[in-house]
Amino acid sequence: MRRSISAAMFLLCTGGVLAAADTGFAHLTGGSFRSVLKYEDVKNGTRVAPFDLQRRPVTNGDFLAFVRANPQWRRDNVARVFAEERYLQHWQGPATLGPNALPEQPVVWVSWFAANAYCKARNARLPTWSEWEFASAADETRRDARSDPAWRERILAWYSRPSNKALARAGLQAPNAWGVQDLHGLVWEWTEDYSALLVSDDNRNQGDPDKLKFCGAGALSMSDVENYAVLMRVAMLSSLNGADATANLGFRCARDSP
Amino acid sequence: MKRLATVTLGIAMLAGVAISATDEAFAAPATGTALPADSVYQLPLQLTDQAGQARDWRTRRGKPQLVAMFYTSCQYICPLIVDSGKAIEAQLTPAQRNRLGILLVSMDPKRDTPAALASVVAKRKLDTARWTLAAPPTDSVRDVAGLLGIRFRQLEDGEFNHTSALILLDADGRILGRTEQVGTRPDPEFVALVRKTVGS
Repeated sequence: MRRSISAAMFLLCTGGVLAAADTGFAHLTGGSFRSVLKYEDVKNGTRVAPFDLQRRPVTNGDFLAFVRANPQWRRDNVARVFAEERYLQHWQGPATLGPNALPEQPVVWVSWFAANAYCKARNARLPTWSEWEFASAADETRRDARSDPAWRERILAWYSRPSNKALARAGLQAPNAWGVQDLHGLVWEWTEDYSALLVSDDNRNQGDPDKLKFCGAGALSMSDVENYAVLMRVAMLSSLNGADATANLGFRCARDSP
Repeated sequence: MKRLATVTLGIAMLAGVAISATDEAFAAPATGTALPADSVYQLPLQLTDQAGQARDWRTRRGKPQLVAMFYTSCQYICPLIVDSGKAIEAQLTPAQRNRLGILLVSMDPKRDTPAALASVVAKRKLDTARWTLAAPPTDSVRDVAGLLGIRFRQLEDGEFNHTSALILLDADGRILGRTEQVGTRPDPEFVALVRKTVGS
């Protein structure tokens, strides 16, 4: 009995800590990392420096506060070079969320420029692809669960769900081993260097990069074709321009560790 | 809650600063009218040129510009980008040339110091009345590349893997056209567009 009480107390406390840290950042220690992307210039694994990553994707509620404080990012004010026509189209008004954009749902229909500006306003930045991939390799107990077929199946099962249904609230899924939630199974996410993923349409079709279009060495290939879910992300990010916005693309912020 | 309020205030103050800075900059340009929403000059971008002069690229407003991204230590494509600019100039009359600015923006600001940029200007005999080679702040490189539709990744040896394009901006910074055909033989359609833009 006493044990169960202390266990309950412990759970309560943990719950309290988690709740307090909801909009906060988790610390990731970084290290040498085997990316699913194989660049010919990267010889000994990708180095990921220690960094902090937001535990949850940025929500409509978070983004509304940003837009209210920075009216140049309202959909009726934003410069067209920074965000296409569909930017925040699911909001009821330029500064109101409405039924199709609940405060706890991850924000989508955001351009890279808008996401970048949001993170800068929080004294943060968008994560790099390497950081995102490093964080997303973890399941609930292991920092790198990628070799586990069951883990891969889970991710793919999430991706096979139809995307025309309403998005779940951010933060419903169990935190991964780093304390980060929703890296899989909720929305795609912008990375700072989305435009560094040099996979052209041609390249995806033929695996033969246009040498004049892509200057220099460092051609990209996929070293882990089993990890299809992550490759889908790469293909998607590499097809985007900075002003683009889509129905299932959101973001979270990162920052260098102090 | 108090913390939240402080953060919000902080954001509001930052926004205030950003807006007033923007207004000031927008008052300066040649035409004196509001910048179009689809102008790349919506991005405040401080560029440091081959002479060490730091200027916002919005001061280039008022004159059509031929813009590309490059870096000085590039061995292969970037010399071709300079060739492209020269080849397009060669198809223009002297009067037309004077109505076009050529801006090469570095994707490698760490190494592309004014001295490094100036050495390319000297080596390639570029007339700085028309040509500007300049580096943005490091944390703005991805922004300008995003606006211009240039993709790049720095390699472990410091070189870059990147796409190459020449982009034509009108006097207000709107993208009129682009060509990915770089080198000494310019794309005839693109040259026609440049001619049309600078006038006869």
